[in-house]
Amino acid sequence: MSHCHGCSIKIDIPEGARRIVLVGNPNAGKSVFFNYLTGMYVDVSNYPGTTLEISHGRYQGDVVIDTPGVYGISSFNDEERVARDVILSADVVINVVNAVYLERDLFLTQQVIDTGVPVIVALNMVDEAERQGIKIDYALLSQLLGVPVIQTVAIKKQGLEEVKQTIWQARQGHSDPSLQKELDQLVNRVGSRGEALLILEGDATVAARHGLEPANRREEIYLHRRQRVNQLVNHVVKEISKSTAFGNALSSAMIKPLTGVPILLLALYAMYQIIGVFVAGTVVGLTEETIMIGQYEPAVRSLVGNFISEDSTLGTILVGEFGLLTMTFTYVLGLLMPLVVGFYFFLSLFEDSGYLPRLATLVDRVLTSIGLNGRAVIPLILGLGCVTMATITTRLLGSERERRIAIFLLGLAIPCSAQLGVIAGMLAAVGPEFVALYALVILAVLVVVGTLMNTLISGQSSDLLIDLPPLRLPRIDNVLTKTFIKSYQFLKEAFPLFALGALLISTFQVTGILTLLQNALAPLTVGWLGLPKEAATAFIMGVVRRDFGAAGLADMTLAPIQTVVALITITLFVPCIASILVMFKERSKKEAALMWLSTWVIAFLIGGIVAQLSNLLGVSTPTQVFAVIASVLALAALVVIAVRLSKKQGVRRDASSKGAA
Amino acid sequence: MTLDRIKRGQCFKINCIPDETVRAQAIRFGIAEGEWLTCEEVVPAGPIVIRKNRQQIALGRQLAKAIAVSLN
Repeated sequence: MSHCHGCSIKIDIPEGARRIVLVGNPNAGKSVFFNYLTGMYVDVSNYPGTTLEISHGRYQGDVVIDTPGVYGISSFNDEERVARDVILSADVVINVVNAVYLERDLFLTQQVIDTGVPVIVALNMVDEAERQGIKIDYALLSQLLGVPVIQTVAIKKQGLEEVKQTIWQARQGHSDPSLQKELDQLVNRVGSRGEALLILEGDATVAARHGLEPANRREEIYLHRRQRVNQLVNHVVKEISKSTAFGNALSSAMIKPLTGVPILLLALYAMYQIIGVFVAGTVVGLTEETIMIGQYEPAVRSLVGNFISEDSTLGTILVGEFGLLTMTFTYVLGLLMPLVVGFYFFLSLFEDSGYLPRLATLVDRVLTSIGLNGRAVIPLILGLGCVTMATITTRLLGSERERRIAIFLLGLAIPCSAQLGVIAGMLAAVGPEFVALYALVILAVLVVVGTLMNTLISGQSSDLLIDLPPLRLPRIDNVLTKTFIKSYQFLKEAFPLFALGALLISTFQVTGILTLLQNALAPLTVGWLGLPKEAATAFIMGVVRRDFGAAGLADMTLAPIQTVVALITITLFVPCIASILVMFKERSKKEAALMWLSTWVIAFLIGGIVAQLSNLLGVSTPTQVFAVIASVLALAALVVIAVRLSKKQGVRRDASSKGAA
Repeated sequence: MTLDRIKRGQCFKINCIPDETVRAQAIRFGIAEGEWLTCEEVVPAGPIVIRKNRQQIALGRQLAKAIAVSLN
């Protein structure tokens, strides 16, 4: 057994096995090839940068390795670094190329050919290209590239068998002669042509492996390669007709705010109807209430009861109120799983249709003001499903700064679906003016905290730079596979965290720490928030599962304003224990602890401010409630303006002190 | 002028992309300095969508501000 040398990922390669590496741009359809060769499932991702886990499997005693979708290989981001290292260690590369985007995709093809590795090109989606009036002379393409080119329609399994048969006919392709000459010179010093290429292209990591300084030739090589590819495309492509006018018009409508916002609202409404009403109501009612609580829990209780008493310490931990075998399973399988599947279904639908990058473009403006860019719309929407799931998804964001902001906002101000259900139920009982109060306060907190973080955290967030693939009707099998894989991966990752969370809370319960915390919180709840003493219990329950907290409140008799104050506080209050654990996993301990403590402070601060304001201004008439709303918003605006001004002055002072020096 | 001041439907030439990473990424997408492109869409105060052949790319407003272009 040997390891994939030179790369950070460890893959066991049997003696004598060759490495078949799949390479392609995002959206090219690599995953179908992977599944076909190995029979294994893999994430069929469509949005740039959603998979960092490398899938690998066996094909006739050889190893097939998938790489993240990239537009080129260098060190611009993690995906590229991973793809680069896997390609450099490849014995043969199957390059999947999207026939519709030949001009873009062949840049990567030419770069891989320049590394000197044997390549075979799968020219994929030829049916879609044909429909759009693009005709490609693939025999000529093969001749010009110097490698075999097979036409495929992967999703319909066309051409896959031929690719399989042709793998070992892969050849080293043609490179630019002058580049070739330079590579030949450098290859004597570094031993590998691929590494020589990357050193010439200024890749510092690869250069450092050989104790060399990176050459600063990237731009020149890239431009030459771009020209070469453009010429090649001119030779092999015949365009017969223009692309569909309807697709273009729809694409435009999705991006423009005037039409894009209604389309987004429509999409959200569809999501609400299917996930919020059907899945959260009907499906969860069946899975959580009937199956898990009705059948599974009594069964496991009686089973465990045969060996240990339910009231013993171990019994409480295993099958008690927050039991490892009871609550964890009920929560993850009965409640979370249907919701997560529902959300990933929509995400896959949005991805596969090409809507997602357009949505990112539409909301980019709004998100830049809170230090994020359009891509952050994905974790924010997923957060409405499950904050734990969304926190994991923040990995696709471009910088640490953005991840920090997004993770904190998710933990603070985005209520998850489990919680939303209970919140909606409780808000239904109060007047519309109170609903507005709740919604606007949460929104204000989201905006203010985002703006504050954007102003105060040093550094700059990355700008939006994304490729908009053509709109297409989503392919249902693709969507279902994606939904299945994503849900499975999430549950696999989150299940141990939920179990650990349940264990922690049960321990608190058995040792009496839970009661202690409840009593300690009481003065805050009664004095500052104006709620009954028992509300403290709801907050502590909220640490376990956010909906537990909200559900705890539902049993109390509260005045409308008390309901709103309690809901605001519990929404902003610490995320559920699994989210907290993910936070600690994804960020440094210090940062996660700071975030966690901040949610406590902010929740009670905001809840208290609303309680005190309504005390002061009164809430007996709708007008008075609107006065409370207005003062909260004014306060929010004031904070934002104050921080912006002080930041500006700080900058000015910095500049003038520099000038004086 | 800079790319953020372009209007929908205008053709323009990219003169300079100062950021090295963005420049390299743009070449990969098929967009290099000196290339003629079309502005496909401008989101008010938001991203600019540019097109070359079938390739469409959305650039954030801040990024567009840094890119020098000229009209024909």
